[in-house]
Formats: sequence, structure tokens, C-alpha cells
Amino acid sequence: MTARTSFPSAYDLAAPAGAEAWRDLYPYYLMFADNRRAEEDGKFWFCDSQHWPNPFKPFDAVTVEYAVKCLGQYNTRHYLVPPANGVDFRIHNGYVYMSPVGVAPENIGPRVPQFMDRAGHYFMNWNSLLDQWLVKVKANIAEMEALRFDDLPEVVPVEWVKEGRGLDNTVPLSEAYDKAIQLLYRTWNYHFEFLNLGYAAYLDFFGFMKSQFPTISDQSIAKMVQGVDSDLFRPDDELKKLAKLAVSSGLAAHLSAGSVDQVLAAMAGSDAGRAWVAAWEGAKDPWFNFTSGNGFYSDDKYWIEHLDIPMGYIRDYAARVQKGDEIDRPTAQIAAERDRITAEYRDLLDAEAQGAFDGKLGLARTVFPYVENHNFYIEHWSMSVFWRKMRELSALFHRAGFWENADDMFYLNRNEVRDALFDLGMGWGVGAPATGPTYWPAEIKRRKAILAALQSAPPQPALNTPPAVITEPFTIMLWGITTDAVQKWLVGSSDSTKLEGMAASPGVVEGRARVIRSASDLGLIQEGEILVTPVTAPSWAPVFGKIKATVTDIGGMMSHAAIVCREYGLPAVTGTGTASSTIKTGQMLRVDGTTGEVTILSAA
Amino acid sequence: MTAPLSPTLTAQAAMIDARYILPFETAQDADHPRMGGKCASLARMIAMGVPVPRGFAVATDAYAAHLAAGGLNAAIRAQLSHLDTHNVTDEEARSQAIRQLVNDRAMPPEVEAAIRAAYALMAPADDLPVAVRSSATAEDMPDASFAGQQDTYLWVVGADEVVAKVRACWSSLFTARAMSYRADHDLGQIEVLMAVAVQEMVDARSAGVAMTLDPINGDRTKIVIDASWGLGESVVSGEITPDNFLVEKVLMQVQKRKISVKTHEIIADPAARCTVDREVEADRQSQPSLSDDEVIAVAQLARRLEKAIGGPQDLEWAIDRQGRLVALQCRPETVWSQKKAAPQSFAMGIEGVLGTLMAPIQNKN
Repeated sequence: MTARTSFPSAYDLAAPAGAEAWRDLYPYYLMFADNRRAEEDGKFWFCDSQHWPNPFKPFDAVTVEYAVKCLGQYNTRHYLVPPANGVDFRIHNGYVYMSPVGVAPENIGPRVPQFMDRAGHYFMNWNSLLDQWLVKVKANIAEMEALRFDDLPEVVPVEWVKEGRGLDNTVPLSEAYDKAIQLLYRTWNYHFEFLNLGYAAYLDFFGFMKSQFPTISDQSIAKMVQGVDSDLFRPDDELKKLAKLAVSSGLAAHLSAGSVDQVLAAMAGSDAGRAWVAAWEGAKDPWFNFTSGNGFYSDDKYWIEHLDIPMGYIRDYAARVQKGDEIDRPTAQIAAERDRITAEYRDLLDAEAQGAFDGKLGLARTVFPYVENHNFYIEHWSMSVFWRKMRELSALFHRAGFWENADDMFYLNRNEVRDALFDLGMGWGVGAPATGPTYWPAEIKRRKAILAALQSAPPQPALNTPPAVITEPFTIMLWGITTDAVQKWLVGSSDSTKLEGMAASPGVVEGRARVIRSASDLGLIQEGEILVTPVTAPSWAPVFGKIKATVTDIGGMMSHAAIVCREYGLPAVTGTGTASSTIKTGQMLRVDGTTGEVTILSAA
Repeated sequence: MTAPLSPTLTAQAAMIDARYILPFETAQDADHPRMGGKCASLARMIAMGVPVPRGFAVATDAYAAHLAAGGLNAAIRAQLSHLDTHNVTDEEARSQAIRQLVNDRAMPPEVEAAIRAAYALMAPADDLPVAVRSSATAEDMPDASFAGQQDTYLWVVGADEVVAKVRACWSSLFTARAMSYRADHDLGQIEVLMAVAVQEMVDARSAGVAMTLDPINGDRTKIVIDASWGLGESVVSGEITPDNFLVEKVLMQVQKRKISVKTHEIIADPAARCTVDREVEADRQSQPSLSDDEVIAVAQLARRLEKAIGGPQDLEWAIDRQGRLVALQCRPETVWSQKKAAPQSFAMGIEGVLGTLMAPIQNKN
């Protein structure tokens, strides 16, 4: 294979057959526009398939828009990160491509005092501001939960008339929608309030360790910083508690009663069972606001709406408890190991450097819990409520005849939903049929075909010519994209039985591959298999009890797969680029999480 | 794997002539100057509970007694008084002459008796193979780079041979190289004393060295292990290309394995009472000379010594045919450890974070 030096231009990447009209699905400002070609081709863009591995429905584009815009604003406008503005982004053929925006050299210096003042305030007051953050986020979630999307009644309630309200039912309906979107916008503002700074402080410790020990593994550094008790692990811990409670109360047999309702009915027959049901109900809010996806897609399944998912995991855990397995995370061991390696590396430093080590590690440990915990509060809990509310609205439209399937609203973009609401309300107000029922079904059908066609073609890893050296801090920090990684994408692999990625969690194992492309296939995983997937979400935690190792296409040392695997003591190789398309289910693999090498040992 | 090979010599101490013999297991810190660096290191490791083959030091006093007896001292001085270390031919000739003087002279009877008695305690049937190695004193060996200049004799069997090899070690103080070194460093030629280590041979299946830093770059997070089949001499002498293992010290993970084709090994030939350098069977040449578990065991031993002694160490080790790991020698690493690190200053807190964010920009320029 000959090495190339550039990735293709977006302008030369035609849509897959059947997807030619894909631009109809997304906002104009996210297109590579023909009249901006020179400028756009002059930049290096990398595909963010880590967060958005699949082409998204028009509505779902809101997640990338809000997330990446808010990421940028904190660098550009809140803290004035001296060398870095935000990350520009485009959608092409259904995938999102990112390009970090630097600061002109002459403007870097003048931003320093502002950064010291603003970011300094956050570092100095991290914990109190974080307490405040949690209050804000929970209040935001509560506001979302309170939103109601009620069917339009036949007539305006007589009380409304008699109290002289002077408003009809479409007003609260459209306001609730607008409010949902605004609350979502706030959600993503909050998401990045601490994240960039948190990563930067982590990176400062990381860079210090690399300067002292140039060959220290990324995972050693991560282990010193990573917390033991993260809210991200709480949902899984709740399932384990419920499983153990079922076993210790002699109720395990009821877990096999059938559907969730049948299990709960069987449990209700005894005091112990009713206590178990109370514990189950207590765990649901908030901990079942947890998705096996990543929160960025409207079809991510949240446990709280799919109780069969957590119930299935509880059943598996209970079976393992009955077999005598220890199902709890070995938190004491993890903490002891963290203390041990911290002390040992510190011991290898001279006295001066030990002082710096203590300070930088201390800051990294202060900020890092946010890096882990926010994921539960935003991607899981907030997005769980948001998507649920949007599904309620979609169902309302569906009942009004706007579309064929209850969840078809997500084939409209967020502004079209507003139009459709007016359409609905106009028909209702005028007393004539709305246009939607005769317009949207055909349009949605057309869009579904375009999306299906987009799904058939994988994205390019990147566009245009990469810089000789990737130095942009956020590219490296948030996406794990390094010069080496980009070079590997360019060259490709000459040995089709070997894949290289990031050594994300140590250990060597051999086993059969199970390639999983979406969370809905998680049930296929058999005990002892090696999970191979484009990207994992932390909520896949329960399957980590079954598998031997994880291999992902995307992600770095602090990706969810890496964090969870280290917690569970499983080898992981992340960021292989192509594992999920190269490896077939059933093949024997050797996964070396210490070197980052994956070897295909035999055919399926 | 961790049990020492030797039964304790403590009970037999009464039979030892403490003027000339210092058993490793009972030597005290105060004895170390009389034992030379190598023996002192063995004694120290034994005191830490590290498995080390049993043995004893022939103290510097034995060498001093040898020189003092029968005018040997004066004869050597006579040779030295005309020594010209800048004249290679002259130096070599005088080296030969002095070594012959040291070698030909019978030991003082009480010294020889002490060595024979100490060996007999280890080898009642006079048949235990031992290694006889010089153990230079600190003044003579300020750094380990001088190591290996003095002689080592492997698989020495029987008291007669042990006595002869002790004398041969003494004479090795006067190799031309050793004399030049001392001249260059203004060390006296005859004032320098030597001890000799007599130590049970390990019938090594695999052996080699371990350094508690990466000698390529001084990286202290690594332990580097060279290993090959048979006795470690083939590794130390560089006769073969050993297997090379890179271990992450803190995580204790084997990060790299470079398995070489190890064509030869030095092993015991008990019948011939010597070691032989023989070709390794074809199928074993490319096999790893250590399993991963053994690599980790060696690394843990090296790490333990580094921690206990303080500072990077250079360990010689062997694994016998029963799979037991022993330490044969441990000395401070000298190349990187003596480098003074440039004074560093560190930006802390928000300044540090700022520096981290800015660094990529600086790199670009």
C-alpha cells in the first residue's frame, strides 16, 4: 500500500447512491459550501465518529450543533484560552467533521491576563462552583421533566374562557417545545462549563509526567488521576445491589418470571418482594436515566423507558452471585493500586519535582471527577429526559396524523418541528385540516431512504492535508487525535491480521470476537467473548462483566471504553480505526492492552 | 523460587578462621571493608533475605598476609620501582613477572588452612563446584566500569583448586590494565588490597543481568533484562546476543520482548569439572530464555534491591534448573546515576495549565 499525504477534499466526496439529496436534512451553515471551497479545503478536518459514529437524523443534528458550539464558546468567549478558540464543524454525507480554530499569534499574549483571571477563578473555586453546577443542572432537568405536551382538545377549556385567559391550547404547546429546546441549549452550555478546564488541568499533569518519564504509559498517568467512586458507575452499582438483594432475600427465582411486569408482579407476593420492588423503584430515579447509547441520538435507548434492559442485567448479575462470583467492582483494590503507583512514581522523582508532582496531581484529582461525573448528569440524565419529552411530542403529532410512526418527528430538523407545530395549531384553530398529514409522510419516507443510503458508506477519517504535527491542545485532549494516529490513517495497515491502537487498559487475553455495531445488539454477547465495536458507552458496563477484553475503532486513554475497562480490570485497545470493520464475529483474537496490539489469530 | 539455596553457616562459624574468612551469611557491616565490594554486596543481599548462593569471602587480610610472607612484598616493589606505565611492552613484562611472583609463592599456611576449612564446611566431600571471583576493595574500584578487570573462575572443584584460584585472583591485581588504571588514578600499586569471593556455583538454566533503568536513555520507569541460556557469563561477556526484555517498573508489565537466536550457552560439564561453551540445540535457540512470569520475578527482585539499597542497580541473576531465582551480584548503576540533572523549575496551578495550553504553539514556532 502506498502512503498518501492528504485525505480527500469534501468537495470530491460524492454522496452514496440514493443519498444525493442529503443536504436537505441539515442546516445550511453546516455544509461545505461551493463558494467557500478554497477556504474550506485549506483546513484539516477530522471526522468525529467517536461521538457521532452514524449519520444522524435531521433533528439529532441539534446535539452536535449545541455541543460543539458550547465547547467553543468557553475557549473563545468565557475563559479566553490564549492559543485556542473553538472547534469549527461541518456535516458531510451524514458525518461530522471538526477543525479546531487557533488564535492569531498576536492575540495570544493579550488573552493571557483574561484567562488567568477567568479560568483562575474556576480553579480557585472549583468545588464550590461545581456544587452550584449540580444545583443548576438538576434544576434544568426538573424544568424539562415538568414540560407537558398535551393533545389539543376539541375546544378551549371553558375555565380558560371564563377567566379571560385569552390564549388557546397551542400557545402552551408551542411554548413547551421552545422551552425544551432552550433547556437543551442550557444543558450543553453547562456541559462545557468545567470540561475544557478540567481536561487542561489533567493535561498539565499528563505533560509533566511525560517530561519526567518520557516513556511512561498514558494508562499509568490515567490510573493515578482516575477516581474510584464516579457517579458514572452508580447505575451499574445499583443493578448489582438489586441483584444481591434479590439473591439474599431468596427472590432470585422471581427474576426469571418473564417480562418486567411479570417479575414485579411475582415480587409483589411477599413482604421481601415488596421491599425489593421499593428498592427497584428507588433506584430508577435518577439512576435508570442511563443509556446504552451515548446520548447524542434520538434512538438511544434509556433504561428508564426500556426496563427490560436493566432487568436483564440484574438477572445476569443474580445468576453470577448465585454461582458465587464476586460482582462488585474491586474498588478497594483499585484505590490501593492507585496509591501504590502514585507513591512509586513519586519516589522516582527528585525532591524538587516531587513538589510539582504533588501540586499538579492534586489539581488533576480535583478537576477529574467532573470529567467523569458530568457524563451521567448530561449525556445520561438530562438527555434521557429531553429525548423522552421529544418522543412525547412526536407521539402527539402521530396521533394527529402527521406521520406514520410514533418517533418519525426526528426526521424533521428542530426548526421544522416548530413549523409543524404551527401547522398543527393552524389547522386546529382554523378548523380546517392541517397540511402536515398530507406532506410529512412522503417527505419522511424520502428522508429515510437518504439516511439509509448514507449509512451504507463509512466516513473518511479526515479531510484535506493534515498539519505536519498535531499540536492543537483540544484535538489531542478531547479526541485523542495525535500526529501518529493521523499518519496511521494515511498509510493504512499492510498486515491485515494485525491492528494497532492505543494501549488503554493493560493485560493480554485471547478469545472470540463479537462485533457490535449498536447498543441493541449487546444482548448477543456471550460469556468470554471479546467486544469489538466502533465506540462504547459507559452504560455498557453490565456487559463488561461478561467479556474478556474490548477493542474499539475510536477513542483515547480517557475514552469511556478505556475508563470502564480499567475499572473492570479488562484489557482494552482503543482507537484502532478499523477494528469493527476488519474483524468478524467469531474470529479468534489476541488483545494486548499493554502494547495496544490486536492480532487476528484465526478465521471465524 | 525465593528460598535461599544454602543452609545457614551460622552454626559453623566457630570453625571459621575469622582473621581470613568472612562467610556471607554472618558478615557484619563492620566486616564489609575487608570483603571487597562484591562480597559486601552479597552479604548485604543475604541480610535483606534475598536468595544468594552460599559462600564466603577470603578477606583482604589473607592477601595482605600473602604479600607479607617470604619477602613477596619487597620483590613486587622491586618490579614496581621501575614500572613505566607509558611503555606498553615494559608494563606487560612487569605485569607477567609480578603475577608469577604472586602465583608461585605458597600461601602462608594459616591462610591456606583457613580457606580449606571454609571450603570443607560447604563441601565435606571436597566436590562442590564453586565460583572464585576477585572482590576488589572500594579504593580500587570507585565505579563499576572497572568491574571485570579481575579474574573469575567458574566451576572450581576441590580445595586444591580453590586455593590455586584464590591466588590467581590476587595476581590479577597486577594485570597491565589494572596497573595502568591505578597509575592514572594515583592509586598506590601495592597498597591496594583485594578480597576473593568463593561461592557455590549455580547450575543455571538461564541467567543474565537486570538494570533498574533503561541504559539507552536513563529512563527510571523501566527495568531492562538481558537473558540467555546457561550461565550468565555469555551475556556479560557479550559473546551472544541475549534475549532482551523491557519491564515497566511500577506496573510490573513486560512491555517489550526481543527474543534473539542464542546459538551458544556456557554450562557445567560435571564430569570434566569445568564449564563448556556449547551450541544450543536448534529448536531451543529461538525460544525465550525466560517466561513472562520469570521476567517479572527478575524485575521484582531488581526493584526490591533498588528500593532497599537506594538508587538504580545493576543485578546479575540466575535461574537454576529447578527454577529457583538467585542474585549473584548487585552494584549501583554508575553511568546515569552520576549525571546531575539540570535544575528544573515548574509552573504550578493555573500557570502550569496555561503553559500546557501554550506549549503546542511554542512547538510550532
